[in-house]
Amino acid sequence: MNVNSQPDIRSEAIAVDVDRVSKIFGGEPPVTALDDVSVAIRQNEFFTLLGPSGCGKTTLLRLIAGFEPPTSGSLRLGGRDISRLPPNKRPINTVFQNYALFPHMSVAANIAFGLQMLGKPKAEVRDTVDEMLKLVQMEALKNRRTSEISGGQQQRVALARALAPHPEVLLLDEPLSALDYKLRKEMQIELKRLQGETGITFIFVTHDQEEALTMSDRIAVMNAGKILQVGPPREIYNRPVNRFVADFIGETNFLTGTAQGDAVRISSGHMIAVPLDGRTGDVTLTVRPEQVRLCPVDQDGALHAEISDLVYFGTDTHCHLALKDGTQIVARLQSLPTGEVGYMRGQAVGLRFEPGAVQVVGA
Amino acid sequence: MATVKPKPAAKTERSTWLLTAPALVLLTVAATGPLFIMLIYSFLEPGQYGNVVWKFSTKAWFNVILQRDIFDGTLTWADAHLTILWRSVKLAMTTTVFAVLVGFPTAWFIATRTPRMRLFMLFLITIPFWTNLLIRTFAINQIIRNEGVLNSFLLWIGVIDAPIQIIYSDFAVFLGMTYVYLPLMVLPLYAAIDRFDMRLLEAAYDLYANRWQALRRVVLPIVKPGLIAGSILVFIPALGAYVTPRILGGGRNMMIGNFIDLQFGQGRNWPLGAALSVILLIFVTSMLILYVRFVNRSTDNG
Ligand SMILES: Nc1ncnc2c1ncn2[C@@H]1O[C@H](COP(=O)(O)OP(=O)(O)OP(=O)(O)O)[C@@H](O)[C@H]1O
Ligand SMILES: [Mg+2]
Repeated sequence: MNVNSQPDIRSEAIAVDVDRVSKIFGGEPPVTALDDVSVAIRQNEFFTLLGPSGCGKTTLLRLIAGFEPPTSGSLRLGGRDISRLPPNKRPINTVFQNYALFPHMSVAANIAFGLQMLGKPKAEVRDTVDEMLKLVQMEALKNRRTSEISGGQQQRVALARALAPHPEVLLLDEPLSALDYKLRKEMQIELKRLQGETGITFIFVTHDQEEALTMSDRIAVMNAGKILQVGPPREIYNRPVNRFVADFIGETNFLTGTAQGDAVRISSGHMIAVPLDGRTGDVTLTVRPEQVRLCPVDQDGALHAEISDLVYFGTDTHCHLALKDGTQIVARLQSLPTGEVGYMRGQAVGLRFEPGAVQVVGA
Repeated sequence: MATVKPKPAAKTERSTWLLTAPALVLLTVAATGPLFIMLIYSFLEPGQYGNVVWKFSTKAWFNVILQRDIFDGTLTWADAHLTILWRSVKLAMTTTVFAVLVGFPTAWFIATRTPRMRLFMLFLITIPFWTNLLIRTFAINQIIRNEGVLNSFLLWIGVIDAPIQIIYSDFAVFLGMTYVYLPLMVLPLYAAIDRFDMRLLEAAYDLYANRWQALRRVVLPIVKPGLIAGSILVFIPALGAYVTPRILGGGRNMMIGNFIDLQFGQGRNWPLGAALSVILLIFVTSMLILYVRFVNRSTDNG
C-alpha cells in the first residue's frame, strides 16, 4: 500500500528500515497497535508519522527506540538488525512527549547525562553541553533545575539532551503539542533549523496535519495500526490514496457517483471528467475547497448550485454550496479588502473545478 | 484604593498560629517533657528500691564512662557499656542495611503491580502490625527453635540429622529484627516509588544508561526522601530494641535497650539508666545527621 512516486528511493541511503512489523499488546481483549507495518526512513530526512489518536504512532516510535519488542517483523538501522537490542545500545535518542527531564538535575546535567553514560571524557562532555546550550539558546539558564523553567524551555532542554550524544536518529513524540500556538510556530522553525544543522534523521510524531505539511520531507499517514500512504507533503495533500487520507489531511469535499466511460456522473447528475485508471461502478471523488471556483451560472460546463452559507475566516471565506440534489460543496474564496466576497446567501451560481483538482479516492 | 486596611497576610498568619497552638503545646510538652525528666534524673542519686533521691550527683554520668573496681577501688574504663552500645549500633545498622536491601525490591515490586494487586500487597505488609510485637517475636521463636517448625520440617525431609541451632544466636536476633522492622522500610519506600515517574527510567535507558546507572543516577536520587524516612524509622527503634534481642537472642548478648531496661528494673539504678538513655539519644541524633548528609552528598549530582 506504500505509494511512493519518488523514483530515486533506491539510491538514497536508508536510516531506519521497518520491515513487516506488528505489535500486539496482550490483555483482554488483545490490542493490535501495529498491523504489518513496513516503511523505510531515509538518512537525513525529516520524516513525520501523522494520524489520529490511538493509531499506533507512539507504539512505532517506542519499537524503534527499543522500549517495546515487536511481536513480529524486524527493525534495521543502517542495515543492521536492531530488533533485539536494548534501548541503551541503540544510537537513537528520544524527545518524549512529556519531556521526561530528570527533575533532580540542572539543565546542564540533563544535557550531559547521555554523554556521561557513553563514558565520554569530562572535557568533551563540557564542550558538547556548552555547544548544545548555545544551539537551543539556553545558556543563561544552564544551572536552573528543570522544574524551574517554562514549558517551552523544557522542550528545548529535552531536545538538547537528546541531540547531545549525536544519535543517528532522533525520535520526537508530539514534542510541540503542549506549547501554545505562537511558541509552537517558533519551535517548528527551530526544529527544522536544528535538523538541517545537525544532519540527523528526525522521526517526528504529530496528529496536527498542518504541522506535518509544513515541516516534513515525507509524511506517513497512519490509521488503526496501518500506514496508509507515504510521500512528500504535496503528494499526500494532492494525491491522497484513499478517502481517509483525503479527509484527514486538510479539508476536502467528497462527491459520490458512477463511472461512465472516462467521466463520472455524480449524484446531482452532472458529469465530471477524471482519470479513472480503469475503475468502473460506484466511485468517490474528492476536491479541495481552494480548487473550487465560482463562475456565472451560464458558463460552459459549470455545475449549478445555490449558496447556502458564507463563513468568514479572515484571509478567506468559506462558501457552502448546495447542488441540485442537496450535495454540499465548500469553496474557499479569498476575502476582499471590504471583508466581503461579492456573493450573497441564497444566490444561484455556477461552479467549476480547477483542471486536475478532482481525484478518485475509491468506491 | 487609598484607605489603609489591616494587612490580610498578617491576620491570617496570626490565626494560623492560634489554630495550631494546642497541637504545638501538646507536641512540645509530650516530646520534650519526658526527655527533660530523663536529663534531670541522670543528675540525681539512685534510691535503694529504685526511683531516685532528690540530691544532685554526677555519679551516674561518671559511671557511664568509668567504673570503680569493687575490691581495690581502682578506676577503669567502663568498656562493658561501650561493648553493649557498639553491639547495638552494629545490629541496628545491619538491620537497616538489610531492610533496605530487601525492602527496596519489595517496594518496587509492589509499586509496579496493578492498582488492585498493590492494595492487596500493602495490606499483607501491614498485617504484622495487627499483632503485638511480643507475640510476633514468640511466633518466630516457635518457628526457628530446635523443636520448632523449621527444624522439624528439615529433619522430616531428611536434609539434616540434628536440629540446627538458630535460636539464641546473633543471626536469630538479626533475622527477627529485620522481620519486625521491614514494613517500616517498605511503606515509605513504596510511597516514594509510587510517585516516581517510570518514564524517567525510559529516558535514562534511552540516554545509554544501563540498569545500574539508571538506578544510581535517576531512581535513587528521586526516591531518596523515602529511603531516608525508612532508614530513620528502622534505625531508631532498632537501636533501642529489647524485646526481640531478649527473646530470640536468649539475653546472652545484651543490647543497650536491655541494659537500660535492666537499670530501671533489677539494677535499681534509675540515674544510670537515664544517663545511658540521654547518651543513646545524642548518639542517634548525630548518626542521623551524618546519614542524611551522606545520602545527600552521594546522590547529588545536580
Ligand atoms: N502498553 C499498552 N498496553 C495495551 N495497549 C496499548 C499499550 N500501549 C498502547 N496501546 C494501545 O495501542 C494503540 C496505539 O497506541 P499509541 O499510543 O501508539 O497511539 P498514538 O497513535 O500514539 O495515539 P496518541 O496520538 O493518542 O498519542 C491504542 O489503541 C492503545 O490503546
Ligand atoms: Mg502517542
